[in-house]
Amino acid sequence: MSSRSSARLGRSIALHLFLTPLALIWLFPLWMMVVFSTMPDNGIFSPGIELLPHGNFVDNFNNLQRDTNFVGAIGISVSVAVTYTVLSVLLTSMAGWALARYQFFGKGVVVAIILGTITLPYAVVLIPQFIMVARDFKLANTWVALIVPPLFNSLGVLFMRQSFSMMPDDLFDAARVEGVKEWRIFLFVALPLARPMLAALAIILFLASWNNYLWPLLINSQPGSMTAPVALGTLIGLTKVSWGGIMAGAVMLTVPMLVVFVLLQRHFIAGIAAGAVK
Amino acid sequence: MRNRNATAYRFLTPYLLIFAVFWVWPIISSFMISFQATRTVPWRFAPGFNWGRLIGDPAFFNALKNTLLILVIQVPVMISLALVMAVLLNSPLLKARGLYRFAFFAPVVVGEVAYSAVFRLMFNLDFGIINKLLNSVGLPKIDWFSNVTPAMALIMIAVTWRWAGYNAIILLAGMQSIPEDVYEAATLDRVSKLKQFFYITLPLLKPVIVFCLVLSIIGTMQLFTEPFLITERGGPGGGTETLGLLLYRQGFRSLNFGYASAVAYTMAGLAIAITLAQLWLTREPK
Repeated sequence: MSSRSSARLGRSIALHLFLTPLALIWLFPLWMMVVFSTMPDNGIFSPGIELLPHGNFVDNFNNLQRDTNFVGAIGISVSVAVTYTVLSVLLTSMAGWALARYQFFGKGVVVAIILGTITLPYAVVLIPQFIMVARDFKLANTWVALIVPPLFNSLGVLFMRQSFSMMPDDLFDAARVEGVKEWRIFLFVALPLARPMLAALAIILFLASWNNYLWPLLINSQPGSMTAPVALGTLIGLTKVSWGGIMAGAVMLTVPMLVVFVLLQRHFIAGIAAGAVK
Repeated sequence: MRNRNATAYRFLTPYLLIFAVFWVWPIISSFMISFQATRTVPWRFAPGFNWGRLIGDPAFFNALKNTLLILVIQVPVMISLALVMAVLLNSPLLKARGLYRFAFFAPVVVGEVAYSAVFRLMFNLDFGIINKLLNSVGLPKIDWFSNVTPAMALIMIAVTWRWAGYNAIILLAGMQSIPEDVYEAATLDRVSKLKQFFYITLPLLKPVIVFCLVLSIIGTMQLFTEPFLITERGGPGGGTETLGLLLYRQGFRSLNFGYASAVAYTMAGLAIAITLAQLWLTREPK
């Protein structure tokens, strides 16, 4: 018995001895992001090794704000991500509800098109989307351009279809017998029951919109209409730019998401893992 | 049951409209644009124009080669690492599990721009912390940005850091859905943990692993931001140019929509081949 428990202890020590350095390596870039954001530029570009935060964050932030209107860009990013999340959750859960709960003409075709095209690279639709939004609709550099095209994402449809189809029928049948309208059943019975799934979906969609780079880079390239990642991206590679400022911006983009991640880890993980249970 | 069609479509139509306009139609449209000469007004149908240029374009083959090279090295390394992370995070012997999970999963929430900026600073030639650390243990510093091999390695390191934890989350969820009693029976029969991993975990996890592979391959195939921002527009000298970057350059710098669509459809072709391979790999045995 004691040899077995000492073997267990040995295995446990080996596990931690391996995993701890790996975890530290993984945290290192995030840690350095924070450290850089608090260092003056001449400190970042100096020969010494600095691994601890300094006190220069506010100066760096002011430099960033001088290089680009980052606060304005954050405002756009927040508004766009919130609006996108609300709309996408609403649209995809309605569609998921229809696919999970009704038999109707054309259902097989709709499901086949969604599933059949889900692994196509986003790059394929980039050029037609751009031509349509910028040239045909003349909507470049507007909020609509940032919010509406990405709403095509079908992840939520599949996720919510799965969630609604796992709910027992009698729940809804009881309401139907009472003569409750279908949209009221959806809004007041089904959606409240799906709250954990909606939370997971909303977090994933919010994050996707908050970090989205390529589409906003292409469609909203005017300084006053840029999202925060795009505004920050324009500074990377410039010769006369405050790198401490860029790092302050990176921290402002990242740390709030890390806090949300820690607080809502369960929903986060559920949302990501959901991709695998199609 | 009489109004089911009408009811269903009332719920479905708002989403379907967006889906049709911004996804289904562009897929078709992109295909058609790839057969048009788009630098003349009006565009004209010229089936061989872009595709003919594509198969003779050294820039295309350079981007294709780089993309495939990154795929072939980075994806297997990352998935193996994610598998190791998932197995170890799943171990009942692990203390302070939450801290380890945070360390590996945190990159999932970090945006491409933010982490590209950090990696650029960390790998800077003279002032980057990585070269300083290499120097401090007596190793020569590496010029990550001026030589092709280190630049490619840097891109692979960055992408692996960003996405390994993401795959570990999916793999971990897959592992936790394997029934506990399979392992209990194996332990009673004195099957070692290592053997349990190879004979129970891996086979049962195969569909999830294949799913992660497909997801990662399709993601890496479109790699854009990292070579755009970290190695500065695919530098040095096109050494980290990818298909994603070529598409951006052709489509949105040269405004050559037809040629860019042909590049996009090359990616689509690869994605379709990989998806079919997935279906074949995870098919139900007869």
